[in-house]
Amino acid sequence: MEIKIQTPLTVTDARELKAGDSCLISGVIYTARDAAHKRLCELVEKGEELPFDINDSIIYFVGPTPAKPGEAIGSSGPTTSYRMDAYSPTLIRQGLTGMIGKGKRGPEVVSAMKEHGAVYFGAIGGCGALLSNCIKKAEIVAYEDLGAEAIRRLEVVDFPAIVVIDSYGNNLYETGRAAYLEKLKNGKI
Amino acid sequence: MSVREINSALITEAVKKLCIEANCHLSCDIKDCIKASYEKEDWPQAKEILERIIENYEISDRRNQPVCQDTGVACVFLNIGQDVHIVGNVSDAVNEGVRLGYSEGYLRKSVVRDPLNRVNTGDNTPAMIYYDIVPGDKIEITVAPKGFGSENMSKIAMLRPSDGIEGVVDFVCKTVEEAGPNPCPPIVVGVGIGGTFDKAAYLAKKALLRPVDVSNDDPFYADLESRLLEKINSLGIGPQGFGGRTTALAVNIERFPTHIAGLPVAVNINCHVTRHKTEVI
Repeated sequence: MEIKIQTPLTVTDARELKAGDSCLISGVIYTARDAAHKRLCELVEKGEELPFDINDSIIYFVGPTPAKPGEAIGSSGPTTSYRMDAYSPTLIRQGLTGMIGKGKRGPEVVSAMKEHGAVYFGAIGGCGALLSNCIKKAEIVAYEDLGAEAIRRLEVVDFPAIVVIDSYGNNLYETGRAAYLEKLKNGKI
Repeated sequence: MSVREINSALITEAVKKLCIEANCHLSCDIKDCIKASYEKEDWPQAKEILERIIENYEISDRRNQPVCQDTGVACVFLNIGQDVHIVGNVSDAVNEGVRLGYSEGYLRKSVVRDPLNRVNTGDNTPAMIYYDIVPGDKIEITVAPKGFGSENMSKIAMLRPSDGIEGVVDFVCKTVEEAGPNPCPPIVVGVGIGGTFDKAAYLAKKALLRPVDVSNDDPFYADLESRLLEKINSLGIGPQGFGGRTTALAVNIERFPTHIAGLPVAVNINCHVTRHKTEVI
């Protein structure tokens, strides 16, 4: 059974989510990857305002392909998240409650997530064409010079994402694999 | 012996076409392998993910849309017949093909001009070009767009000869296990054994060009490929790392003679969006 999430994602809502939950996200989310994260954290360091309201927001780690004429966006699957590990704790402290990506996260990110109440979702890597179906509108809100890495405001409907690490530190990469191996060992599959 | 003249514009045209085709249409060997893995997979969540992966490449085929948003750095392999004379500059012609392909195909431009002062070149050039001189009067061009989620999980080791086959198996499995969910499993594992430090890495990349339904032509290495695949698929990582059987779709090995003191092993990882298209001109 999928859990419907409507953005903004409050800390209370984020705390409800558990690793392994399948979710469908609707509303506004923002894109940012390596270069944009670096700039956002530089702004935080200088005490300047961020180009979007980060409080209770979700950032999707993605650099889409260019939109063809008449389409909202090109292919838009997740990029590998650990490259954002150096920046995510700073943004979580600013009010970020959700991140969508794929792959492992470092202990510094998980600890910030536990402390402030944030969730890490996984979208299916390598399914950029499929996921673009859920993005109805995309507009650049900052750093146009970065091309694919610019920050975009996306309007999504039923964007599929699985809770990989919840705000209590439970991790589907660990529990999912262990559960599979356990069943295998017991000859149940 | 006559020399055949080939205008470099033909290379540009071929590279442009191959960039778009490779990024928007997976080859049949990969599709068949994903479908076969779907049939064999017993873990419900893993099966569901493989179903989405199949749905994704079918959408790409229908819409001529990139399978993945990381349309990669363009790795271009040119096997140039020794009886060919190319009119014009070859590398310029390849890069022009990449420029046109990535622009006209609505592909992502993912190359920065300098690894430390990171400014995007804006047209996905330069390509990584590999030249080989072969007999004949034709040019075989292969474009293999390489995404970096998987490239970043690749590794090389200079093993001792005494480490032997078990050392190789351990290193390959350890590399895949450490990568875990990061390279978007199910993955294709390219392994280069022998040569020198750089040659092993090149062999690993070349191994990824071989269709996943073709084994190494040497039965010893074909056996090693099967053994590695079985071992990797018992790690339990599964599609996207959420658990399951299908961690890898294939293991392809290429090997080369090496020094008496060495056993270089390189592992180049590709995701399930393993892309390569070839044309002969």
